[in-house]
Amino acid sequence: MDIKFIETEKEDYNITKQKAELIWSKLTEIRYFEETSIEAYKQGLLGGSLHPYIGQEAVATGIGEFINESDYMTTTYRGRGHALAKGADPFKLFAEMFGRIDGYCKGKGGPMHIANNELGMLGANGIVAGGIPIAVGAGLTAKSMNQGQVSITYFGDGATNQGVFHEAMNLAAILKLPVIFICENNLYSEMTPIKDSVLNEHLAERGLAYRIPSYVVDGNDVFAVRKVAKLATEYARNGNGPVFIEAKTYRLLGHMFGDTEIYRTKEEVNSWRDKEPLKQFKRKILESDILSEEKLNEIEQKVKNLIDGAFNRAKESEQPSFEEVYTDVY
Amino acid sequence: MSTNSRIITYAEALNEAIYEEMSSNDKIIVLGEDIGEYGGVFNVTKGLIEKFGKERIIDTPISEAGFAGAGIGAAMTGLKPIVEFMWIDFTFVALDQILNQGAKMTYMSGGQTKVPIVFRTQGGGGRGNGAQHSQSLETIFAHIPGIKVVVPSNPYDAKGLLKTAIRDNCPIMFIENKLLYNTKGVVPEEEYTIPFGQANIITEGSDVTIVSISRSVQICENVIEDLKAKGISAELIDIRTLVPMDTTTVIESVKKTNRLVIVHEAAENFGWGSELSSIVQDVAFDYLDAPIKRVGSLHVPIPYNLELEKEVLPNEKRIIEAIEEVLYTKVGS
Repeated sequence: MDIKFIETEKEDYNITKQKAELIWSKLTEIRYFEETSIEAYKQGLLGGSLHPYIGQEAVATGIGEFINESDYMTTTYRGRGHALAKGADPFKLFAEMFGRIDGYCKGKGGPMHIANNELGMLGANGIVAGGIPIAVGAGLTAKSMNQGQVSITYFGDGATNQGVFHEAMNLAAILKLPVIFICENNLYSEMTPIKDSVLNEHLAERGLAYRIPSYVVDGNDVFAVRKVAKLATEYARNGNGPVFIEAKTYRLLGHMFGDTEIYRTKEEVNSWRDKEPLKQFKRKILESDILSEEKLNEIEQKVKNLIDGAFNRAKESEQPSFEEVYTDVY
Repeated sequence: MSTNSRIITYAEALNEAIYEEMSSNDKIIVLGEDIGEYGGVFNVTKGLIEKFGKERIIDTPISEAGFAGAGIGAAMTGLKPIVEFMWIDFTFVALDQILNQGAKMTYMSGGQTKVPIVFRTQGGGGRGNGAQHSQSLETIFAHIPGIKVVVPSNPYDAKGLLKTAIRDNCPIMFIENKLLYNTKGVVPEEEYTIPFGQANIITEGSDVTIVSISRSVQICENVIEDLKAKGISAELIDIRTLVPMDTTTVIESVKKTNRLVIVHEAAENFGWGSELSSIVQDVAFDYLDAPIKRVGSLHVPIPYNLELEKEVLPNEKRIIEAIEEVLYTKVGS
């Protein structure tokens, strides 16, 4: 068993206009949602810390296309992109981030703990590998229900150094559960380069260590992510057991808003700006003449209007009443 | 109590509770180490794999955090897991999952997510198992909001409380005691459950109230037999569940006896006895004729040497001394 590297071919870029519109719409939705969140944070609308997903949008978008509402998902505090890709309502996301009663968790979870049962979102997590075994447990349910559901778990490179990641992967492997482990390797575990934290060149080796089929994919190329997502979801849905995906990507902003980013150079960040997922997608779509620049701009504007509308509505949402302190404890 | 009662062990009573609940609810699964073919190191899951099969009785690797988390995820998505930690000391390996994840999910999700999971485990010393296999850790769990804590002291309670735990809808830490597994008691054949938050007055008395849990209840029972012979009438209350805690029964008793001794095997310092003591003095200060006394383990790791261990754990001598202090009298030994 070896790591498999996802290579894209010409046909992988050959998508319908309609598909291209959907992908562009999701990529821009996530990007603009995150940008708006930063503005909201600056305005003091959020508590705590904000961990932007900017630069990694292709991963959530590419995977999201192949999962359904009935599939389970766990993610981390950098998880609004994953939520949007699973169909979350931007208004309810913003409202939750602002701690309001209309938020997904009535304002009691916040940006780090967004959850929604109807969408199979079992929760974003404040502990980097904390959601991974939970997704494995959801995989146990999926297997016992036998209805072709999969359970996906998003986490970062840093999570692969927590013990429970290894325990969960081994458990999924021996129980042959329909779990898709998605490691978004954005090169930094909080403020420390992953290369200083682990000797493996590819984190996919860690999936392989548990005899889980493991893939490495360019996480900034939505076409490549779609390719691996299709493979992985088919494999897991058909009862073959878990899959591990290492999506190599780059966090264009700091770990959280306000991060000094002294651990990397501006040149390095700039070099990745050219490779970032929205730019890459746009370039390919224009090159192959699938959509025009006008069409892309039109979609982008439509998305922005929707996000702005959601943001403004969320700001108007009520604060939870004091009684909420004591509800939902047990 | 029923007419159709038998005498069975604490372990058998627990086994019956799981067996009966699994028979009527096919969402229940059991996860843990050596719980399948082997039947659990204390025989609590004996025979379950033969009846319910490998799909529902799942032997796990030695990965406490992993299978605790998997249990939580399964609970969140519609199954009803009973997760066994072979020794309570091992829960420390899985605390993030139990306390950061399981205990907080319902709250963090604004009530959308329920986590109906029972963590079964056993604690307590007295067997020379040393510092990492003898602890009484109920206070740790009782301190964190979002998880209920059950500490049965006898076979009847073990069965009735475990059935209630399995039917509950939130995370439960169900703490058994290794030295109680082979103790016997009367258990009816008929179906019954015991509600949480309902203390059990084991012996009524008028001179002093003693509150305890788990194996310490047995030690207290021996002590009050001795006291009775010396003309002292002690009321013994088994609090049964720490979360929720039936403080009403304790306060009513203190209003009658005016004196309170709390006995537990958990370390005395920062133990749940301090919490109960604080509640009682808050509510019933005017009824107290003496300061409340706590008897717990000494604030040291549990030593391996059996003679030293006896000194560290609460013993009859220390309980009697505490009672003498609240009664301002010597009862003699």
